[in-house]
Amino acid sequence: MRWKWLVPTLYIIFLLLPIYWLVNMSLKTNQEILSIFSLWPQNLTFDNYKVIFTDASWYSGYINSMIYVSMNVVISVTFALPAAYAFSRYTFVGDKHLFFWLLTNRMAPPAVFALPFFQLYSSIGLFDTHIAVALAHCLFNLPLAVWILEGFMSGIPKEIDETAFVDGYSWPRFFVKIFIPNIASGIGVTAFFCFMFSWVELLLARTLTAVNAKPISAIMTRTVSASGLDWGVLAAAGVLTIVPGALVIWFVRNHIAKGFALGRV
Amino acid sequence: MIEKQINQKAWFMVLPVFLLVAFSAIIPLMTVVNYSVQDTFGNNQFFWVGMDWFRELIHSERFHDAFLRQIMFSGIILSIEIPLGIVIALAMPKEGWGVPVCLISMALPLLIPWNVVGTIWQIFGRVDIGLLGHSLAALGIDYNYTQEPIAAWLTIIAMDVWHWTSLVVLLSYAGLCSIPDAYYQAAKIDGASRLSVFRYIQLPKMQRVLLIAVLLRFMDSFMIYTEPFVITGGGPGNSTTFMSIDLVKMAIGQFDLGPAAAMSLIYFLVILLLCWIFYTIMSNVGEESSNGGV
Repeated sequence: MRWKWLVPTLYIIFLLLPIYWLVNMSLKTNQEILSIFSLWPQNLTFDNYKVIFTDASWYSGYINSMIYVSMNVVISVTFALPAAYAFSRYTFVGDKHLFFWLLTNRMAPPAVFALPFFQLYSSIGLFDTHIAVALAHCLFNLPLAVWILEGFMSGIPKEIDETAFVDGYSWPRFFVKIFIPNIASGIGVTAFFCFMFSWVELLLARTLTAVNAKPISAIMTRTVSASGLDWGVLAAAGVLTIVPGALVIWFVRNHIAKGFALGRV
Repeated sequence: MIEKQINQKAWFMVLPVFLLVAFSAIIPLMTVVNYSVQDTFGNNQFFWVGMDWFRELIHSERFHDAFLRQIMFSGIILSIEIPLGIVIALAMPKEGWGVPVCLISMALPLLIPWNVVGTIWQIFGRVDIGLLGHSLAALGIDYNYTQEPIAAWLTIIAMDVWHWTSLVVLLSYAGLCSIPDAYYQAAKIDGASRLSVFRYIQLPKMQRVLLIAVLLRFMDSFMIYTEPFVITGGGPGNSTTFMSIDLVKMAIGQFDLGPAAAMSLIYFLVILLLCWIFYTIMSNVGEESSNGGV
């Protein structure tokens, strides 16, 4: 038992090594990357980051990603709240089938939907807009949001609802004033998950965008194939995609364990 | 468990979600079905071919290979990540400064965009500029993931373990944290061994979350696309061409819409079936434990 701490420590080292290597490369010049093999940068340089922050075709990718991810989080949570309440409090015709059908969409491989999505959004004139990507990501995020919120809501005793109705609250007022504050942490966790899955998804986001809404991850793949592998800039762009995720984790760190169990522990 | 009221008006609360998901799911699915039973000579002229594509696909070697590779990949991933995740969760600290450090650093890989995960490992594994590739070469091990199928597989498996084991760890950890201290004290009084504490206290308490973990890991590994695409592009040869990669190659690369659509549907049905099995098991286990089983 004395050596127990060694297991997580080794695991964390294994997790951080590849990330460290990426950071290390982003602080080197291309010439240094390709000529000397060194564990840390010999001539520290921030030029790679400067390229990204000054070139609009790079940093607009981050802005695009941020826009559609936030849209998706707002849509998913707003729509999922009443639905999750219905699933956690009432039975109605077809509720179990509906719930299962929603979940199957979380399981649908994006590769199956890439081409039809492209045609669907092109035909209604939404191709290459942020809202198209946000809506497409709802396919898997909305079911997930309903699932997580339902877990959290089922943990709230029903007496709270009943007391509020006896006290003369209308349903919308009760929902906003009493119920939502009660599941605030659940909403936070749900938003975290929606952020996560929308932020990391590439296939749909890339298929549905061309120029105006192109996400940063797609811009990275383009640069890999086109400009003869600018390793330093590529690594810097990679490091910068990790930052938003790290910030979000910091905000939800206290709820993260329960959140990953989808409120069902 | 909350006793639920029968209320048909609850449909109105679910309706927005239903419509939105139906818009994103049913219309594209209909498009796929539509393509899967037709052939085209271009110029947007389609004609009916019935079940031909399905028949062709089910007998095609290419599909069999991709399917087998996919099953093998998911099997390997599950058999490594689930036990490893449980071991790490058991060894994690329960209190003190170690908890946030562990949670935050372990959650980090989960929030990296998938193609960046691919890029990280692509760089990490390269013999000329990557730490892993370079170290292996220095040790005299012949390793080149762009040339040898085995090295490519090992790289992708290592990448997936790196990327997703944390999910299993965090889920198991959440399950472990929900066990009251009194259980352990009782076990101590009874003189239970470490192994029987795990077998009779910890494992049953983790059952539900482990099922979620298996479900999520299975589904996500079954539809993996971006990471192997970035690292190996499905190669060398076809050795890492998983189902999704094959599908995208067929649909967007070669524009064979008919076979691709048929493959999509079979792929989707397989996932649906497995999902249903998992879901049934999960809800049964849930009912047992809420009936005071464990």
